[in-house]
Amino acid sequence: MDRRLFLAGTAAIVVLPLGPAAATPDAMAEAIKKVIGEATPIEGRMKLDVPPLVENGSTVPLTVSVESPMTEADHVKAIHVFNEKNPQPNVFSARLGPRNGKAMVGTRIKLGDSQRIVAIAETSDGKFWSVGADVIVTLAACLEESP
Amino acid sequence: MSNILVNAPKTAKRGDVVEIKALIMHPMETGFRPGPNGRIIPRNIIERFTATWNGAEIFAMDMSPAIAANPFVSFFAQANESGTVVLRWTGDEGFAAEHRVDITVA
Repeated sequence: MDRRLFLAGTAAIVVLPLGPAAATPDAMAEAIKKVIGEATPIEGRMKLDVPPLVENGSTVPLTVSVESPMTEADHVKAIHVFNEKNPQPNVFSARLGPRNGKAMVGTRIKLGDSQRIVAIAETSDGKFWSVGADVIVTLAACLEESP
Repeated sequence: MSNILVNAPKTAKRGDVVEIKALIMHPMETGFRPGPNGRIIPRNIIERFTATWNGAEIFAMDMSPAIAANPFVSFFAQANESGTVVLRWTGDEGFAAEHRVDITVA
C-alpha cells in the first residue's frame, strides 16, 4: 500500500467513530431557529450567570435574567437555553409573564463537554434577545453508569 | 411519593416580588447512558414544571435531559393577593408530583 493511500485510510478511520451522537453548533443553531424562526436575536438586555470553569459537569448552576419592567405592556414571554455539545441542543424553555415581577430563572444543568451556552429571551413586543457564555468543564457529566 | 423541598416566603407585602425555589428528588435519567449490562438505561426525566397562584399559571418550564438530577428551579412572582401557590412536576413513566405553599399578602 502506498504511503498516501495508507494515510488517507487512517484518516478515515480516525474521523469516522464519533461516538454517541452529540449536538453540534449547527444543531444548536437549528434548535434556536425552531424557536425564533427567521428573527435575528439582539445581543443585550440579558445576563447569563454560569461559572466559567466547572469541575463537575453533572450539576452546573445557571441563572438567566432579562432587564424588563415585567408589566402588562412590556414583559418577557419566554426564556430558552441551548447548548452546543450535549446529546441534545435544548436545555429548557420557560414561560413567563407580568405576574413574575422579575424576569429571572435559575436552575442546575448537566454539561457533557466544554462548550458555549446560549440563552434567548422573547419579549412581549415580539423581539428576541440573546446572550452567550463559554464554560470549561474538567469532568463531564458522566455518560457512563457510575460504579 | 417523592421528596420535595420548597422555599417561599409565608408572608409578603402587596406588590412585592418574591422568589420561589423548588427542588425535587428525581434521577433525570438522560436515556443516553449505558447501564451495567451495556444496554442504554431508558430515559426517565421530568418534562414539565408549572406554578399556579390561585389557579392562574404564573410560570412554566419545559425540561430536557440536560437538567441536572434532582431538578432545582427558582423563579419570581409578584404577590398581588393572598393565595395558594401550587407547584406541579410531570414527566416520563407517568411521574406526577404536587406541592402547595400558602402565601399571605398584607
